[in-house]
Amino acid sequence: MDADLRAPRIASKASLRWDAVRQKPILLYPEGVLILNPSAEAILSLCDGRRPVSEIVSELASRYGGDPVALETDVWNFLQELLDRGLLLCPDPKEK
Amino acid sequence: MPSTHAASTRLEKDAGKQPRALDLGFPFSLLCEVTFRCPLQCPYCSNPLGFAHALRDELDTAEWIRVLEEAAGLGVLQAHFSGGEPLLRKDLPEMIAAAHRFGLYANLSTGGTLLTSDLAHRLKEAGLGGFQLSIQDSRPESAEWAAGMRGSFAKKGEAARMARDAGLTLGINVVLHRQNLDRIEEIIALAESWGAERLELANSQYNGWALHNRRWLLPTRAQVERASEVASLAQERLRGKMEILFVIPDYYAAYPKACLHGWGRAFLTVSADGMVLPCQAAREITSLSFPNVREENLRDIWFHSAAFRRFRGTDWLPEPCQSCPRKEIDFGGCRCQAFLLTGDAGATDPACLLSPHHHRIEEALAEAETRETVSWSYRNPTESKRLSGVPCHPSAPSRAEPEPTP
Ligand code: SF4
Ligand code: SF4
Repeated sequence: MDADLRAPRIASKASLRWDAVRQKPILLYPEGVLILNPSAEAILSLCDGRRPVSEIVSELASRYGGDPVALETDVWNFLQELLDRGLLLCPDPKEK
Repeated sequence: MPSTHAASTRLEKDAGKQPRALDLGFPFSLLCEVTFRCPLQCPYCSNPLGFAHALRDELDTAEWIRVLEEAAGLGVLQAHFSGGEPLLRKDLPEMIAAAHRFGLYANLSTGGTLLTSDLAHRLKEAGLGGFQLSIQDSRPESAEWAAGMRGSFAKKGEAARMARDAGLTLGINVVLHRQNLDRIEEIIALAESWGAERLELANSQYNGWALHNRRWLLPTRAQVERASEVASLAQERLRGKMEILFVIPDYYAAYPKACLHGWGRAFLTVSADGMVLPCQAAREITSLSFPNVREENLRDIWFHSAAFRRFRGTDWLPEPCQSCPRKEIDFGGCRCQAFLLTGDAGATDPACLLSPHHHRIEEALAEAETRETVSWSYRNPTESKRLSGVPCHPSAPSRAEPEPTP
Protein backbone atom coordinates (compact mmCIF):
# COMPACT_ATOMS: atom_id res chain seq x y z
CA MET A 1 0.00 0.00 0.00
CA ASP A 2 1.36 3.39 -0.90
CA ALA A 3 0.75 5.20 2.34
CA ASP A 4 1.49 8.58 0.84
CA LEU A 5 -1.69 8.53 -1.18
CA ARG A 6 -3.76 8.63 1.95
CA ALA A 7 -5.19 12.00 2.91
CA PRO A 8 -5.29 12.53 6.67
CA ARG A 9 -7.87 14.66 8.41
CA ILE A 10 -8.43 15.66 12.02
CA ALA A 11 -10.91 13.37 13.81
CA SER A 12 -14.25 14.92 14.63
CA LYS A 13 -13.60 14.55 18.36
CA ALA A 14 -10.53 16.80 18.10
CA SER A 15 -10.36 20.44 17.18
CA LEU A 16 -7.55 22.67 16.05
CA ARG A 17 -7.75 26.10 17.65
CA TRP A 18 -5.92 29.20 18.64
CA ASP A 19 -5.52 29.66 22.39
CA ALA A 20 -5.93 33.37 22.97
CA VAL A 21 -4.67 33.26 26.56
CA ARG A 22 -1.43 31.42 25.85
CA GLN A 23 -1.09 32.82 22.34
CA LYS A 24 -0.41 29.37 20.91
CA PRO A 25 -2.06 26.97 18.50
CA ILE A 26 -3.58 23.93 20.19
CA LEU A 27 -5.26 20.65 19.38
CA LEU A 28 -8.09 19.93 21.83
CA TYR A 29 -9.58 16.47 22.31
CA PRO A 30 -11.63 14.71 25.01
CA GLU A 31 -8.77 13.68 27.28
CA GLY A 32 -6.43 16.58 26.92
CA VAL A 33 -4.73 19.11 24.78
CA LEU A 34 -1.64 19.35 22.65
CA ILE A 35 0.09 22.67 22.61
CA LEU A 36 1.49 22.90 19.14
CA ASN A 37 4.72 24.37 17.93
CA PRO A 38 4.67 26.20 14.58
CA SER A 39 5.64 23.16 12.51
CA ALA A 40 3.05 20.91 14.16
CA GLU A 41 0.43 23.55 13.46
CA ALA A 42 1.56 23.88 9.85
CA ILE A 43 1.26 20.12 9.34
CA LEU A 44 -2.15 19.85 10.99
CA SER A 45 -3.65 22.77 9.17
CA LEU A 46 -2.83 20.97 5.92
CA CYS A 47 -4.61 17.79 7.07
CA ASP A 48 -7.92 18.58 5.39
CA GLY A 49 -8.82 15.10 4.19
CA ARG A 50 -8.09 16.05 0.58
CA ARG A 51 -4.33 16.51 0.44
CA PRO A 52 -2.33 13.29 0.42
CA VAL A 53 0.72 13.19 2.69
CA SER A 54 3.04 13.58 -0.30
CA GLU A 55 1.38 16.90 -1.09
CA ILE A 56 1.57 18.02 2.53
CA VAL A 57 5.28 17.30 2.50
CA SER A 58 5.93 19.17 -0.75
CA GLU A 59 3.86 22.12 0.47
CA LEU A 60 5.91 22.28 3.68
CA ALA A 61 9.15 21.87 1.74
CA SER A 62 8.29 24.77 -0.52
CA ARG A 63 7.27 26.93 2.43
CA TYR A 64 10.15 26.22 4.74
CA GLY A 65 12.81 24.59 2.56
CA GLY A 66 14.96 21.79 3.94
CA ASP A 67 15.58 18.22 2.88
CA PRO A 68 12.28 16.70 1.69
CA VAL A 69 13.30 13.18 2.69
CA ALA A 70 14.06 14.17 6.26
CA LEU A 71 10.94 16.30 6.28
CA GLU A 72 8.81 13.41 5.16
CA THR A 73 10.12 11.26 8.02
CA ASP A 74 9.34 14.01 10.53
CA VAL A 75 5.87 14.53 9.16
CA TRP A 76 5.13 10.82 9.24
CA ASN A 77 6.40 10.45 12.78
CA PHE A 78 4.16 13.24 13.92
CA LEU A 79 1.12 12.00 11.99
CA GLN A 80 1.60 8.43 13.17
CA GLU A 81 1.52 9.50 16.79
CA LEU A 82 -1.81 11.23 16.26
CA LEU A 83 -3.17 8.39 14.14
CA ASP A 84 -2.36 5.88 16.89
CA ARG A 85 -4.39 7.92 19.30
CA GLY A 86 -7.33 8.37 17.00
CA LEU A 87 -6.91 12.13 16.76
CA LEU A 88 -6.24 11.93 13.07
CA LEU A 89 -8.00 9.72 10.54
CA CYS A 90 -6.39 8.49 7.40
CA PRO A 91 -8.76 6.50 5.21
CA ASP A 92 -7.22 4.28 2.58
CA PRO A 93 -8.25 5.74 -0.80
CA LYS A 94 -8.64 2.26 -2.26
CA GLU A 95 -11.41 1.53 0.19
CA LYS A 96 -13.49 4.42 -1.02
CA MET B 1 -19.50 10.02 38.37
CA PRO B 2 -16.27 11.50 39.53
CA SER B 3 -13.48 9.05 39.77
CA THR B 4 -10.04 9.64 38.42
CA HIS B 5 -10.84 11.29 35.14
CA ALA B 6 -9.36 14.59 36.15
CA ALA B 7 -6.13 12.98 37.16
CA SER B 8 -5.97 11.17 33.88
CA THR B 9 -6.45 14.19 31.72
CA ARG B 10 -3.14 14.41 30.02
CA LEU B 11 -1.38 17.57 29.20
CA GLU B 12 0.92 16.49 26.55
CA LYS B 13 3.60 19.01 26.69
CA ASP B 14 6.08 16.72 24.96
CA ALA B 15 4.05 15.96 21.90
CA GLY B 16 3.41 19.67 21.53
CA LYS B 17 7.14 20.26 21.90
CA GLN B 18 6.53 23.26 24.10
CA PRO B 19 7.86 21.92 27.37
CA ARG B 20 7.52 25.23 29.14
CA ALA B 21 3.87 25.69 28.28
CA LEU B 22 2.76 24.32 31.64
CA ASP B 23 4.83 26.90 33.40
CA LEU B 24 3.03 29.83 31.87
CA GLY B 25 0.85 29.61 34.94
CA PHE B 26 -2.65 29.28 33.49
CA PRO B 27 -4.89 26.32 34.29
CA PHE B 28 -5.90 23.97 31.48
CA SER B 29 -8.76 22.03 32.89
CA LEU B 30 -11.79 22.71 35.06
CA LEU B 31 -13.73 19.98 36.81
CA CYS B 32 -17.31 21.06 37.47
CA GLU B 33 -18.88 18.92 40.19
CA VAL B 34 -22.34 20.24 39.42
CA THR B 35 -24.10 18.22 42.11
CA PHE B 36 -23.31 15.77 44.89
CA ARG B 37 -26.65 14.04 44.44
CA CYS B 38 -26.41 10.61 42.87
CA PRO B 39 -28.67 7.59 42.44
CA LEU B 40 -25.67 5.27 42.80
CA GLN B 41 -23.65 4.53 45.92
CA CYS B 42 -20.20 3.39 44.78
CA PRO B 43 -18.03 2.64 47.81
CA TYR B 44 -14.96 4.24 46.16
CA CYS B 45 -16.70 7.46 45.16
CA SER B 46 -14.27 10.37 44.89
CA ASN B 47 -16.70 12.81 46.46
CA PRO B 48 -15.72 13.92 49.95
CA LEU B 49 -16.91 11.73 52.80
CA GLY B 50 -18.89 14.65 54.14
CA PHE B 51 -20.66 15.46 50.84
CA ALA B 52 -24.06 15.27 52.56
CA HIS B 53 -23.36 18.62 54.21
CA ALA B 54 -22.98 20.26 50.80
CA LEU B 55 -26.07 18.76 49.16
CA ARG B 56 -28.23 21.83 49.43
CA ASP B 57 -26.39 24.94 48.47
CA GLU B 58 -25.80 24.04 44.80
CA LEU B 59 -24.59 26.78 42.46
CA ASP B 60 -27.40 27.79 40.14
CA THR B 61 -27.28 27.99 36.35
CA ALA B 62 -26.21 31.62 36.21
CA GLU B 63 -23.44 31.01 38.74
CA TRP B 64 -22.10 28.08 36.74
CA ILE B 65 -22.18 30.07 33.54
CA ARG B 66 -20.21 32.82 35.22
CA VAL B 67 -17.68 30.24 36.47
CA LEU B 68 -17.27 28.84 32.95
CA GLU B 69 -16.75 32.29 31.49
CA GLU B 70 -14.18 33.19 34.12
CA ALA B 71 -12.43 29.87 33.56
CA ALA B 72 -12.19 30.44 29.82
CA GLY B 73 -10.73 33.88 30.46
CA LEU B 74 -8.16 32.29 32.73
CA GLY B 75 -6.91 29.93 30.02
CA VAL B 76 -8.96 26.84 30.81
CA LEU B 77 -9.51 24.74 27.68
CA GLN B 78 -11.45 21.76 28.99
CA ALA B 79 -14.55 21.65 31.15
CA HIS B 80 -15.41 18.28 32.68
CA PHE B 81 -18.94 18.04 33.97
CA SER B 82 -19.19 15.56 36.75
CA GLY B 83 -20.88 15.02 40.11
CA GLY B 84 -22.48 13.13 41.81
CA GLU B 85 -24.65 12.49 38.84
CA PRO B 86 -24.55 15.53 36.54
CA LEU B 87 -27.62 14.34 34.62
CA LEU B 88 -29.65 15.23 37.70
CA ARG B 89 -29.15 18.87 36.75
CA LYS B 90 -31.92 19.82 34.35
CA ASP B 91 -29.82 22.75 33.18
CA LEU B 92 -26.90 20.55 32.09
CA PRO B 93 -27.44 21.15 28.34
CA GLU B 94 -27.53 24.87 29.05
CA MET B 95 -24.25 24.73 30.99
CA ILE B 96 -22.60 22.67 28.25
CA ALA B 97 -23.80 25.10 25.62
CA ALA B 98 -22.25 27.92 27.63
CA ALA B 99 -18.95 26.05 27.94
CA HIS B 100 -18.99 25.46 24.21
CA ARG B 101 -19.74 29.11 23.52
CA PHE B 102 -16.75 30.16 25.64
CA GLY B 103 -14.51 27.87 23.57
CA LEU B 104 -14.14 25.13 26.18
CA TYR B 105 -14.05 21.48 25.18
CA ALA B 106 -16.90 19.97 27.17
CA ASN B 107 -16.73 16.45 28.59
CA LEU B 108 -19.27 14.64 30.69
CA SER B 109 -18.70 11.93 33.30
CA THR B 110 -21.89 10.15 34.13
CA GLY B 111 -23.25 6.96 35.61
CA GLY B 112 -25.63 6.95 32.66
CA THR B 113 -28.72 5.58 34.40
CA LEU B 114 -30.69 8.78 33.78
CA LEU B 115 -29.84 9.25 30.11
CA THR B 116 -32.62 9.32 27.54
CA SER B 117 -32.22 9.41 23.82
CA ASP B 118 -33.67 12.90 23.72
CA LEU B 119 -31.23 14.13 26.36
CA ALA B 120 -28.29 12.54 24.52
CA HIS B 121 -29.24 14.48 21.39
CA ARG B 122 -29.69 17.69 23.33
CA LEU B 123 -26.25 17.27 24.91
CA LYS B 124 -24.72 16.68 21.51
CA GLU B 125 -26.44 19.76 20.09
CA ALA B 126 -25.22 21.80 23.03
CA GLY B 127 -21.68 20.98 21.94
CA LEU B 128 -20.72 18.11 24.21
CA GLY B 129 -17.52 16.41 23.04
CA GLY B 130 -16.61 13.42 25.18
CA PHE B 131 -19.18 11.24 26.91
CA GLN B 132 -17.63 9.21 29.68
CA LEU B 133 -19.74 6.44 31.14
CA SER B 134 -18.79 4.80 34.39
CA ILE B 135 -19.41 1.12 34.87
CA GLN B 136 -18.73 -0.89 38.01
CA ASP B 137 -18.11 -4.39 36.72
CA SER B 138 -18.65 -6.75 33.79
CA ARG B 139 -21.63 -8.68 35.18
CA PRO B 140 -25.01 -7.30 36.15
CA GLU B 141 -25.08 -8.87 39.66
CA SER B 142 -21.66 -7.73 40.80
CA ALA B 143 -21.93 -4.34 39.06
CA GLU B 144 -25.26 -3.54 40.68
CA TRP B 145 -24.01 -4.73 44.01
CA ALA B 146 -21.08 -2.29 43.87
CA ALA B 147 -23.25 0.55 42.53
CA GLY B 148 -25.90 -0.12 45.15
CA MET B 149 -28.66 0.16 42.55
CA ARG B 150 -30.68 -2.61 41.03
CA GLY B 151 -31.30 -2.38 37.31
CA SER B 152 -28.39 0.00 36.78
CA PHE B 153 -26.37 -2.35 34.57
CA ALA B 154 -28.92 -2.61 31.76
CA LYS B 155 -29.54 1.13 31.93
CA LYS B 156 -25.83 1.77 31.43
CA GLY B 157 -25.81 -0.49 28.37
CA GLU B 158 -28.70 1.54 26.99
CA ALA B 159 -26.91 4.78 27.79
CA ALA B 160 -23.85 3.64 25.84
CA ARG B 161 -26.04 2.93 22.83
CA MET B 162 -27.97 6.21 23.09
CA ALA B 163 -24.78 8.23 23.42
CA ARG B 164 -23.26 6.64 20.34
CA ASP B 165 -26.49 7.02 18.36
CA ALA B 166 -26.44 10.70 19.19
CA GLY B 167 -22.95 10.94 17.74
CA LEU B 168 -21.11 11.39 21.02
CA THR B 169 -17.62 9.99 21.51
CA LEU B 170 -18.04 7.19 24.05
CA GLY B 171 -15.45 6.52 26.71
CA ILE B 172 -15.94 3.98 29.47
CA ASN B 173 -14.44 4.37 32.89
CA VAL B 174 -14.09 1.62 35.48
CA VAL B 175 -12.63 1.93 38.93
CA LEU B 176 -10.66 -1.25 39.56
CA HIS B 177 -10.37 -2.82 42.99
CA ARG B 178 -10.13 -6.09 44.85
CA GLN B 179 -13.70 -7.12 44.04
CA ASN B 180 -13.64 -6.65 40.24
CA LEU B 181 -9.97 -6.84 39.24
CA ASP B 182 -10.12 -10.55 38.43
CA ARG B 183 -12.77 -9.86 35.79
CA ILE B 184 -10.62 -7.39 33.87
CA GLU B 185 -10.81 -9.44 30.63
CA GLU B 186 -14.58 -9.42 30.82
CA ILE B 187 -14.60 -5.70 31.54
CA ILE B 188 -12.46 -5.02 28.47
CA ALA B 189 -14.68 -7.23 26.33
CA LEU B 190 -17.77 -5.44 27.62
CA ALA B 191 -16.37 -2.01 26.80
CA GLU B 192 -15.55 -3.28 23.32
CA SER B 193 -19.02 -4.66 22.77
CA TRP B 194 -20.62 -1.44 23.99
CA GLY B 195 -18.62 0.46 21.37
CA ALA B 196 -16.28 2.51 23.54
CA GLU B 197 -13.49 4.35 21.75
CA ARG B 198 -11.58 4.58 24.97
CA LEU B 199 -11.50 2.57 28.17
CA GLU B 200 -10.05 3.96 31.33
CA LEU B 201 -9.11 1.28 33.83
CA ALA B 202 -8.38 3.32 36.89
CA ASN B 203 -7.27 1.60 40.03
CA SER B 204 -9.00 3.03 43.03
CA GLN B 205 -7.29 6.00 44.63
CA TYR B 206 -7.47 5.79 48.42
CA ASN B 207 -8.85 9.13 49.50
CA GLY B 208 -12.28 9.81 50.97
CA TRP B 209 -14.74 6.94 50.52
CA ALA B 210 -12.13 4.62 49.11
CA LEU B 211 -9.88 5.20 52.11
CA HIS B 212 -12.75 4.46 54.43
CA ASN B 213 -13.47 1.26 52.47
CA ARG B 214 -9.84 0.47 51.77
CA ARG B 215 -9.75 -2.91 53.42
CA TRP B 216 -12.53 -4.05 51.10
CA LEU B 217 -11.10 -2.41 47.98
CA LEU B 218 -7.34 -2.87 48.17
CA PRO B 219 -6.26 -5.73 45.87
CA THR B 220 -3.44 -8.18 46.41
CA ARG B 221 -0.16 -7.73 44.57
CA ALA B 222 -0.87 -10.84 42.47
CA GLN B 223 -4.20 -9.39 41.36
CA VAL B 224 -2.59 -6.13 40.28
CA GLU B 225 0.26 -7.81 38.43
CA ARG B 226 -2.03 -10.09 36.53
CA ALA B 227 -4.42 -7.28 35.63
CA SER B 228 -1.66 -5.06 34.38
CA GLU B 229 -0.45 -7.86 32.08
CA VAL B 230 -3.95 -8.40 30.76
CA ALA B 231 -4.34 -4.67 30.18
CA SER B 232 -1.08 -4.31 28.30
CA LEU B 233 -1.87 -7.27 26.03
CA ALA B 234 -5.28 -5.78 25.32
CA GLN B 235 -3.68 -2.41 24.58
CA GLU B 236 -1.63 -4.10 21.87
CA ARG B 237 -4.49 -6.15 20.50
CA LEU B 238 -6.93 -3.24 20.31
CA ARG B 239 -4.53 -0.55 19.10
CA GLY B 240 -6.32 1.82 16.76
CA LYS B 241 -9.69 0.37 17.78
CA MET B 242 -10.15 1.10 21.45
CA GLU B 243 -7.61 3.04 23.44
CA ILE B 244 -6.97 1.52 26.86
CA LEU B 245 -5.55 3.44 29.74
CA PHE B 246 -4.45 1.47 32.79
CA VAL B 247 -3.67 3.58 35.82
CA ILE B 248 -1.26 1.73 38.14
CA PRO B 249 -2.36 1.91 41.77
CA ASP B 250 0.10 4.11 43.59
CA TYR B 251 0.16 1.75 46.58
CA TYR B 252 1.93 -0.72 44.31
CA ALA B 253 4.26 1.73 42.63
CA ALA B 254 7.65 2.74 43.99
CA TYR B 255 7.07 6.47 43.56
CA PRO B 256 3.92 8.52 43.77
CA LYS B 257 2.00 9.92 40.87
CA ALA B 258 2.41 13.52 39.89
CA CYS B 259 -1.01 14.30 41.15
CA LEU B 260 -2.70 16.58 38.61
CA HIS B 261 0.69 17.74 37.26
CA GLY B 262 1.28 19.59 40.48
CA TRP B 263 -0.90 21.54 42.90
CA GLY B 264 -2.43 24.66 41.39
CA ARG B 265 -0.57 24.14 38.14
CA ALA B 266 -2.95 22.79 35.52
CA PHE B 267 -6.26 21.80 37.13
CA LEU B 268 -8.94 23.24 39.27
CA THR B 269 -12.22 21.92 40.59
CA VAL B 270 -15.34 23.87 41.37
CA SER B 271 -17.60 21.91 43.68
CA ALA B 272 -21.39 21.81 43.81
CA ASP B 273 -21.46 24.45 46.54
CA GLY B 274 -18.96 26.74 44.82
CA MET B 275 -15.87 25.71 46.74
CA VAL B 276 -12.77 25.92 44.55
CA LEU B 277 -10.21 23.18 44.99
CA PRO B 278 -6.87 22.36 43.38
CA CYS B 279 -8.03 18.73 43.35
CA GLN B 280 -11.44 17.17 43.89
CA ALA B 281 -10.21 15.28 46.94
CA ALA B 282 -8.68 18.37 48.56
CA ARG B 283 -11.82 19.25 50.51
CA GLU B 284 -10.67 16.62 52.98
CA ILE B 285 -7.58 18.65 53.85
CA THR B 286 -9.17 20.31 56.83
CA SER B 287 -5.98 22.20 57.68
CA LEU B 288 -6.55 24.45 54.63
CA SER B 289 -9.50 26.67 53.98
CA PHE B 290 -10.67 26.87 50.40
CA PRO B 291 -12.12 29.85 48.56
CA ASN B 292 -15.60 29.95 47.04
CA VAL B 293 -16.70 31.33 43.66
CA ARG B 294 -19.57 33.04 45.45
CA GLU B 295 -17.09 35.30 47.19
CA GLU B 296 -14.22 35.76 44.75
CA ASN B 297 -13.58 35.44 41.05
CA LEU B 298 -11.67 32.51 39.66
CA ARG B 299 -8.66 34.55 38.57
CA ASP B 300 -8.02 35.91 42.05
CA ILE B 301 -8.54 32.47 43.50
CA TRP B 302 -6.14 30.83 41.07
CA PHE B 303 -3.36 33.36 41.36
CA HIS B 304 -3.72 34.77 44.86
CA SER B 305 -5.57 32.46 47.25
CA ALA B 306 -3.49 31.01 50.05
CA ALA B 307 -4.86 27.53 49.39
CA PHE B 308 -3.71 27.47 45.77
CA ARG B 309 -0.35 29.00 46.51
CA ARG B 310 0.40 26.79 49.47
CA PHE B 311 1.80 23.80 47.54
CA ARG B 312 2.48 25.36 44.15
CA GLY B 313 5.88 24.69 42.64
CA THR B 314 8.60 22.90 44.56
CA ASP B 315 9.97 25.44 47.06
CA TRP B 316 7.69 24.25 49.89
CA LEU B 317 8.79 20.62 49.58
CA PRO B 318 10.22 18.93 52.67
CA GLU B 319 13.02 16.39 52.68
CA PRO B 320 13.48 13.78 51.27
CA CYS B 321 11.75 15.48 48.29
CA GLN B 322 13.74 18.74 48.35
CA SER B 323 16.98 17.01 47.43
CA CYS B 324 15.35 14.33 45.25
CA PRO B 325 15.82 14.44 41.47
CA ARG B 326 12.21 13.34 40.97
CA LYS B 327 10.75 16.45 42.54
CA GLU B 328 10.11 18.10 39.18
CA ILE B 329 8.33 14.93 38.05
CA ASP B 330 5.99 14.15 40.92
CA PHE B 331 6.07 17.27 43.14
CA GLY B 332 6.21 15.06 46.21
CA GLY B 333 3.01 13.23 45.26
CA CYS B 334 -0.56 13.65 46.42
CA ARG B 335 -1.31 16.28 49.08
CA CYS B 336 -4.63 14.70 49.99
CA GLN B 337 -3.04 11.32 50.58
CA ALA B 338 -0.25 12.93 52.61
CA PHE B 339 -2.82 14.66 54.81
CA LEU B 340 -5.12 11.68 55.23
CA LEU B 341 -2.32 9.27 56.12
CA THR B 342 0.06 11.49 58.09
CA GLY B 343 -2.08 14.39 59.26
CA ASP B 344 0.29 16.80 57.49
CA ALA B 345 -0.70 17.98 54.01
CA GLY B 346 2.88 19.19 53.49
CA ALA B 347 4.49 15.79 54.04
CA THR B 348 6.04 13.58 51.37
CA ASP B 349 3.32 11.33 49.93
CA PRO B 350 3.51 8.08 51.96
CA ALA B 351 3.10 6.15 48.69
CA CYS B 352 6.75 7.03 48.03
CA LEU B 353 9.31 4.43 49.08
CA LEU B 354 11.44 7.23 50.48
CA SER B 355 8.72 8.66 52.71
CA PRO B 356 9.30 8.20 56.44
CA HIS B 357 5.62 7.23 56.59
CA HIS B 358 5.81 4.57 53.89
CA HIS B 359 5.16 1.88 56.51
CA ARG B 360 1.50 3.03 56.54
CA ILE B 361 1.22 1.83 52.95
CA GLU B 362 3.15 -1.35 53.63
CA GLU B 363 0.88 -2.21 56.53
CA ALA B 364 -2.20 -1.80 54.34
CA LEU B 365 -0.60 -3.95 51.65
CA ALA B 366 0.29 -6.69 54.13
CA GLU B 367 -3.29 -6.66 55.35
CA ALA B 368 -4.50 -6.95 51.76
CA GLU B 369 -2.68 -10.27 51.44
CA THR B 370 -4.81 -11.76 54.19
CA ARG B 371 -8.37 -12.97 53.86
CA GLU B 372 -11.03 -11.90 56.24
CA THR B 373 -14.57 -10.62 56.11
CA VAL B 374 -14.64 -6.87 56.28
CA SER B 375 -17.39 -4.36 56.62
CA TRP B 376 -17.67 -1.39 54.31
CA SER B 377 -19.98 1.49 53.51
CA TYR B 378 -22.00 2.55 50.54
CA ARG B 379 -21.67 6.17 49.55
CA ASN B 380 -24.97 7.76 50.54
CA PRO B 381 -26.14 10.74 52.61
CA THR B 382 -26.82 8.69 55.74
CA GLU B 383 -23.36 7.17 55.81
CA SER B 384 -21.85 10.51 54.85
CA LYS B 385 -23.37 12.21 57.87
CA ARG B 386 -22.40 9.38 60.15
CA LEU B 387 -18.80 9.26 58.92
CA SER B 388 -17.95 12.91 58.60
CA GLY B 389 -17.05 14.72 61.71
CA VAL B 390 -15.68 11.54 63.22
CA PRO B 391 -12.06 10.83 62.27
CA CYS B 392 -11.96 8.48 59.34
CA HIS B 393 -9.95 5.33 59.62
CA PRO B 394 -10.17 2.43 57.22
CA SER B 395 -10.59 -0.10 60.00
CA ALA B 396 -13.49 1.74 61.61
CA PRO B 397 -16.53 -0.55 61.52
CA SER B 398 -19.47 0.39 59.38
CA ARG B 399 -23.16 -0.11 59.78
CA ALA B 400 -23.83 -0.68 56.10
CA GLU B 401 -24.47 -4.38 55.68
CA PRO B 402 -22.60 -5.86 52.76
CA GLU B 403 -24.50 -8.35 50.67
CA PRO B 404 -22.80 -11.69 50.06
CA THR B 405 -20.28 -11.75 47.22
CA PRO B 406 -22.15 -12.87 44.12
S1 SF4 C 1 -21.69 7.09 43.83
FE1 SF4 C 1 -20.67 6.24 42.01
S2 SF4 C 1 -21.73 7.13 40.30
FE2 SF4 C 1 -22.32 8.35 42.11
S3 SF4 C 1 -20.89 10.07 42.14
FE3 SF4 C 1 -19.97 8.49 43.37
S4 SF4 C 1 -18.68 7.26 42.00
FE4 SF4 C 1 -20.04 8.50 40.76
S1 SF4 D 1 11.16 11.68 47.66
FE1 SF4 D 1 9.58 13.14 47.06
S2 SF4 D 1 10.21 13.88 45.06
FE2 SF4 D 1 11.39 12.00 45.46
S3 SF4 D 1 10.21 10.36 44.52
FE3 SF4 D 1 9.55 10.49 46.67
S4 SF4 D 1 7.78 11.86 46.63
FE4 SF4 D 1 8.85 12.15 44.69
